[in-house]
Order: sequence, then C-alpha cells, then structure tokens
Amino acid sequence: MTELPLIVPGAVSCVAAFFAVYLGTPPLIRHLQKKALTVRDVNKRGTVMIARPGGPSIILGIVSSEAVLYGFLQSNEILAVMITSVLAFLIGYVDDRKVMGGWFKPIALAAAAAPILLLGAYDPGLAFPLFGQVQIPVLYVGVVVFMILVTGNTVNSIDVLNGVASGFMAIAGFSLSAALFILQNYEMALVSLPLGFVSLAFYKYHKLPSRIFPGDSGALALGAMYGAIAIVGRVEVVAAVALLPAILNSFLFLSSVKRIVEYRQVKPRPVEHTADMKLRATGEARAPATLVRLILAAAGPLSERQVACAIFKLAAFSGALAVVTAFMMMVAVVAAPEVAAHP
Amino acid sequence: MIGILGFLSAMWALMLLGGAMAVVVLGPFSISGYGADLDRALTSAAKAAIAVSLTAAWVLALSAVKNRMFRNELRS
Repeated sequence: MTELPLIVPGAVSCVAAFFAVYLGTPPLIRHLQKKALTVRDVNKRGTVMIARPGGPSIILGIVSSEAVLYGFLQSNEILAVMITSVLAFLIGYVDDRKVMGGWFKPIALAAAAAPILLLGAYDPGLAFPLFGQVQIPVLYVGVVVFMILVTGNTVNSIDVLNGVASGFMAIAGFSLSAALFILQNYEMALVSLPLGFVSLAFYKYHKLPSRIFPGDSGALALGAMYGAIAIVGRVEVVAAVALLPAILNSFLFLSSVKRIVEYRQVKPRPVEHTADMKLRATGEARAPATLVRLILAAAGPLSERQVACAIFKLAAFSGALAVVTAFMMMVAVVAAPEVAAHP
Repeated sequence: MIGILGFLSAMWALMLLGGAMAVVVLGPFSISGYGADLDRALTSAAKAAIAVSLTAAWVLALSAVKNRMFRNELRS
C-alpha cells in the first residue's frame, strides 16, 4: 500500500481514538458517581472521592480507533492488538470490581498474549540497534508472553499519582509512533498513534485534580496495547527503552520487596505526607523502593504536581532515547539487508 | 533527578550491550550432528539457557549499578 492512502485511515482512527475518550469519559464519571463506584484520593486533604475505573472509556477509544484501521487495512496485526487490549481490560476490570491476589494479574496477562500467538501476528526475530537481529523461533513465544505481562504490569504500577499513568503513556505512545515512522513501518505507526491520543484524551480528566482514575482496567489496557504494538511492530527494544522509567519503578519495587505482591498490600508505605500535604520519602528502611520515593529522596518534599512533572521529564528523556535507538536500528537495517526486508 | 537520568542512561547502555551480546552469542549458535529434529530442539534449548543466563547477568549488573548510584537515597 502506498503512503498516501494510509493518511485517511490514520487520521480517522486518531480522531476516533481522541473523541471516543474525550466525549465518553464525562458520562462514565457521572455513571460511576451515581453508582458510588468511587475511591478515596489518598494524596488529598480530607475525604476526596474519585470515580473509578476509567477503563471502559479507554477501551472504547482503543476499540473504535483500531476497528476503523481494521476496516481499512484488514490485517491480523491490528486484530491482535485490539483483542489483546480488550482481554487486558477485562482482566483489569475483574480486579477493579473484586480485589484479586498478587499473582492473578501476571498469570491472566500472560494469557492475554494468546491472540498475538494464535493469529501469528509476530516474527520470531528480535531486532537490536546496530547489531541486527537474532532469530529465536521457540524462545520468542516466551518473549511475546513476557512483553505483555511486563508492559501491562509496569504501566499499572506507575499509576500512583493524579495524571501520571495517562500522561506517561501519552509520551511513551507518541515516542513509539515516532520510532515506527523512523523505521518506515508506517502501518504499525498508525496502529500505534491511537494509543497516544487515547492517553492524551483521558489525561484531560485524569490530570491533577483527577475527576476519574483509570483503575486496573484502564492501566492494563494501555500497557497491553503498548506491548502488543511492540511485538507486532517488531520494535520490542525501542518500546522497552521508551518505558524505562516505569520499568525502573517495577525493578526498584521488586528488588526491594523480593516477591510478587500488590502495591496496595505493602506496608510500610514508601511515601508519606507533610503537614501541608506535600509528599516526602519515608524514613522507614523497610518500605519498598519506588520511582516516586527515589525522586522525593533526591529532591526533598514535593507537591503531587511537582512529582508528576518530574516523572513526565523522565518519560520525555526515555522517549528521546527511544527515538535515538530507532535511528540506531536504521543503521543496522542499512548494514543488514535481510533485516531491511522486515523493518 | 540527575542521578535518575544517569541510571536510565545506564539501563539503556546495558540494553544495547545485552542486545549486542545476544546477536553475537545467540545468533550464530547452532548444534548439529544429532539429526534435524533433535538438532533444532537442542539448539533451541541451548539458546534459551544462554538467553536466561544473559538476562540474569543483565539484572545483576543493573542491581549493582542501582545499589552504587542510589545508596544514600534508598537508605533514607
């Protein structure tokens, strides 16, 4: 397919992604408030109740935009991204409504990778910058499962402050799209763009002060979509680079608690409040290490807005590294013609 | 923030290094002489073992860098 016709489905899917969430979220907030499906915002003075989960409007944006693209392009890759996102949303929704154990999400998310495998929407080669690719037919099945599991859970783990998960995913999503454009994988770049637009539209309601939280259903849907795009777009390494701050957060947490456990179950908490409701790193040595705790330990007490800003700066830095990595992969593409056939 | 940016850069560099090692070590690796099917199975198993070892080495290296860079922050 030439580049020009791709502009039409690309533009329509981006508009569908943005406005499905932008217009769909306010009625969802009203519905959740009416049904008393709200949770306390622990970083606010007094009892401030926030609607949750925002996953339904996020998945509406993902499905409507990817359905538009599928209508135009009819590729298994788009179908795989869409179904994987929906499965992750359903897993998160179960966890939103009924709190499940720490092992539920990792195991269920591994199963959410099945559509990618069953539809054959992957190539069993792992491409690295500068050095080309390595073919790992059997091992790659594990990579697919691991990727969805990691991206889903890391995005969910960074959903700790108002606006952070959606703002972070907007930056990471657009960085991934830019990398796919650089690698001249235009079709997958268009599949990736709605992720940025869905996140951006949701950020409007999620940013400080939040009117709605994405919940596990929203965070897992965004994370799984990101992972699925990385697999079917063959940009696993670039995607991991753009997600580095979230991966760092999960790495710090797991290396300090040394077991798979829900963040909410961990005591003592890594962050506490000052008298003026600023956040500061706890002095408790047994508290888990997290990205927010690290930021606060280095910079002292900060407001929620300042911490979110710091995380967005880290996301922008990682996004820039991802773009640099994509350029470095182009060098490998030029050096190795067999890779150039499948950018 | 400088320390965290430095750590992200270190993670990135370790990923590039790990990728290079994967391509150099895993790419050309193959076992032959046991029949086509068994060769493929043995090669896959050996590649999986090497990949797991490389990943474990990557995590250990990252953990060492983390402990060195954030010694003060993580003790607070």
